[in-house]
Amino acid sequence: MNLTLKIWRQKDSNSKGQMVDYKVTEISEHMSFLEMMDVLNEQLVNAGEEPVAFDHDCREGICGMCSMYINGEAHGPDRGVTTCQLHMRMFKDGDTITIEPFRAAAFPVIKDLVVDRSAFDRIQHSGGYISVNTSGNTQDANSIPIAKQAADQAMDAATCIGCGACVATCKNSSAMLFVGAKVSQYALLPQGQVEAADRVKNMVAQMDLEGFGNCTNTGACEVECPKGISLDNIARMNRELMKASI
Amino acid sequence: MALDSKVPQGPLKDKWTDYKNHINLVNPANKRHIDVIVVGTGLAGGSASATLAELGYNVKSFAYQDSPRRAHSIAAQGGINAAKNYQGDGDSTYRLFYDTVKGGDYRSREANVYRLAEVSANIIDQCVAQGVPFARDYGGLLDNRSFGGVLVSRTFYAKGQTGQQLLLGAYSAMNRQIARGKIEMFNRHEMLDVVVVDGKARGIIARNLVTGEIERHAAHAVVIASGGYGNVYFLSTNAMGSNVTAGWKVHKKGAYFANPCYTQIHPTCIPRSGDYQSKLTLMSESLRNDGRIWVPKNLEDVTAIREGKLKPTQLTEDQRDYYLERRYPAFGNLVPRDVASRAAKERCDAGFGVNATGEAVYLDFAASFERYGSEQAKIQGITNPSAAKIKELGQEIVRAKYGNLFQMYEKIVDENPYETPMMIYPAVHYTMGGVWVDYNLMTTIPGCYAIGEANFSDHGANRLGASALMQGLADGYFVLPYTIGDYLSDDIRTGKISTDTPEFDVAEKEVSERIAFFVNNKGTHSVDYYHKKLGKIMWDKCGMSRNKEGLEEAIEEISALRKDFWENVIVPGTATEYNEQLAKAGRVADFLELGELFAKDALVREESAGGHFREEHQTEDGEAKRMKEFQFVSAWEYKGEPKDAVLHKEALVYENIEVKERSYK
Repeated sequence: MNLTLKIWRQKDSNSKGQMVDYKVTEISEHMSFLEMMDVLNEQLVNAGEEPVAFDHDCREGICGMCSMYINGEAHGPDRGVTTCQLHMRMFKDGDTITIEPFRAAAFPVIKDLVVDRSAFDRIQHSGGYISVNTSGNTQDANSIPIAKQAADQAMDAATCIGCGACVATCKNSSAMLFVGAKVSQYALLPQGQVEAADRVKNMVAQMDLEGFGNCTNTGACEVECPKGISLDNIARMNRELMKASI
Repeated sequence: MALDSKVPQGPLKDKWTDYKNHINLVNPANKRHIDVIVVGTGLAGGSASATLAELGYNVKSFAYQDSPRRAHSIAAQGGINAAKNYQGDGDSTYRLFYDTVKGGDYRSREANVYRLAEVSANIIDQCVAQGVPFARDYGGLLDNRSFGGVLVSRTFYAKGQTGQQLLLGAYSAMNRQIARGKIEMFNRHEMLDVVVVDGKARGIIARNLVTGEIERHAAHAVVIASGGYGNVYFLSTNAMGSNVTAGWKVHKKGAYFANPCYTQIHPTCIPRSGDYQSKLTLMSESLRNDGRIWVPKNLEDVTAIREGKLKPTQLTEDQRDYYLERRYPAFGNLVPRDVASRAAKERCDAGFGVNATGEAVYLDFAASFERYGSEQAKIQGITNPSAAKIKELGQEIVRAKYGNLFQMYEKIVDENPYETPMMIYPAVHYTMGGVWVDYNLMTTIPGCYAIGEANFSDHGANRLGASALMQGLADGYFVLPYTIGDYLSDDIRTGKISTDTPEFDVAEKEVSERIAFFVNNKGTHSVDYYHKKLGKIMWDKCGMSRNKEGLEEAIEEISALRKDFWENVIVPGTATEYNEQLAKAGRVADFLELGELFAKDALVREESAGGHFREEHQTEDGEAKRMKEFQFVSAWEYKGEPKDAVLHKEALVYENIEVKERSYK
């Protein structure tokens, strides 16, 4: 298929950006979206132009590096996938596709489609861990049974890949789904209880400090999350915060 | 230099404990004055960074990704081995040790592997304490599954995302130390050289990938944890950025590079679909617990399937060839990876491949739906369940175990694997070769260590499933933090290492000149053009099976391609900005050297062992034929061009295990 791409080009964080049109031809429907971008970039390099910068690494939907806002949706039109798992069969010959970076005040643009998501790391530094030394001198792994349901729910929360689609999607640029997922993982496990109150307070405080917005229960984040992280996690985080505050 | 593995004396089972009891320690007050650089933040680098920082050292960690959490360990799916024997099926430290040595085709170091098996159980305890949500059974205890090449269930898992959960555990331990200021984290930074001062590794030259700035970082020791070099094949299951650069740079500065030809070609990956393909996707080996691998028995059926006239589900049992069950009745679908890959290639080469490219076999779950479904029907008290009901119940169980893998498959291939068998084919996945290390995990450069997949490691010529995660975490959490102390105990009076020395000047100059060359060379071909060409040579001539003629051609072709690259490569943009093409140019330049050494190593190794299959050395029924005289580690010393590399041999001695024919029949 032949496509028109409207892509956000921005030289660096200090420059002004703009949308630029490109044409790509003979795109196979079996290509992944990023392979289509590779075709474009190869075309640009061969023409002596600068290729479009975008983040990507594992290309199998788990590292969380890729981050494109395609036709007005984080990770594009498919559900339950990251940009790298999006395939061209979701598009039609002759389509015009708009490609922007993840937009949020807390995610400044580095170049073109690459944004700085270090705010997520700083939230994790503020409490996204259990304070146990890695000496290996802990108790036997089976000494505390954990109900299967709790373990499974913790796992569901822990599958968050930290891509930031929730923030990019949210009209308030809220990071509550991301923070809620981490808080929930530990809140559901016995190992996380000791520091639960400090953890949720510190992580929420850091989230606010980074300039993320608040949650107004729109639920768009859950729809766009490539890993299907549930809104329940935000509710659990609020409950944890309430518990910790009184 | 003679190779000294520094394996301690004494009985195998006491070596590590005795050794730990007698090595030198650094007192806590002195650790505050010692700096350690760790390159890479996957399972090995992340766990080492966190542990070294906890111990009190000042750690500087480097990742080319935008966060340590994105290192490619995150993509490991199936699980992590540990000799816990929770299932009571006869597992033990010895048995894990034995399976690993045998699985590696008797090409690994006994003492290292035993230590690995010994600390494996601690890893699980540690990870649970960190909040890693491993799968559990209804009693709340940890669940296990089985992986290839073993007869017990010792694999712990978190759905099909075990690597992700373990990495997030190590990342969380790092976060705690970053918050305390004990780890200084350098994201979007790439190590471009190691700096050796008075014969010791004392720092690195790194490039800030956002600004292009070249930076000097000094330390008392440097740890390379940068993963494997599977991307030398262009197409692999590695991440796009995975590279050999850190390992190759230390090699060029004096670290020997061991067994480069030992590559793992993983049997269950999604087949290639076209020339535009940028990477391959793994389908976890754990699927072989429940999936059966087959191709049609008759070539007419193969043709009909390829033409779309016949569906695989229409073939009856006796029209199918479950070739692994046929050839290896004892291990069946759970033979080790090298054996399963070669068997798939053998069938496809004979014309039985089931897709348009002729390079695919089926992985079929129908029998599992039936088995689990019947069991569930009994548990739920459903009498006389219909076939459809059984299938539905069975599919629920399979979905709970591997749901994310099935979803990945469907998104890529656009077929529903619950309704039609998956198609799979082998792909490059892991490299057992790497930087040579001694028992302390130190390279032949004093003060330079290599851990995880970056070293030549404990897996011999073939790695068993679920052992990479085990080794990465064992090295980082439990081995390196002890052994590095023995070395650093000599450094307590050294004081801060300066970056203002001639050695740093020279290293920085070399790095800058190379970058200047790339951005100034007005060539004609992109970096990917060369990477793809290199990958094709590697796959065709150094792939699943190799022969003398092909390897000699590969050496010539890679050498010529490298020459062409240095004349005609084009890198757009400048050196002082975010420039992915520039970063990639440096990586491909190193792959072009490694690739040739790889072929040379494969040529010299006149035997078949594990993932290294030489067509000249096979048994009558096509199995790998090991040669007693090749029972050694090939450690290559850098001497300029790859063709000039000098081979050093570390003899492998087996005192606790009988070297036998490796049979899974």
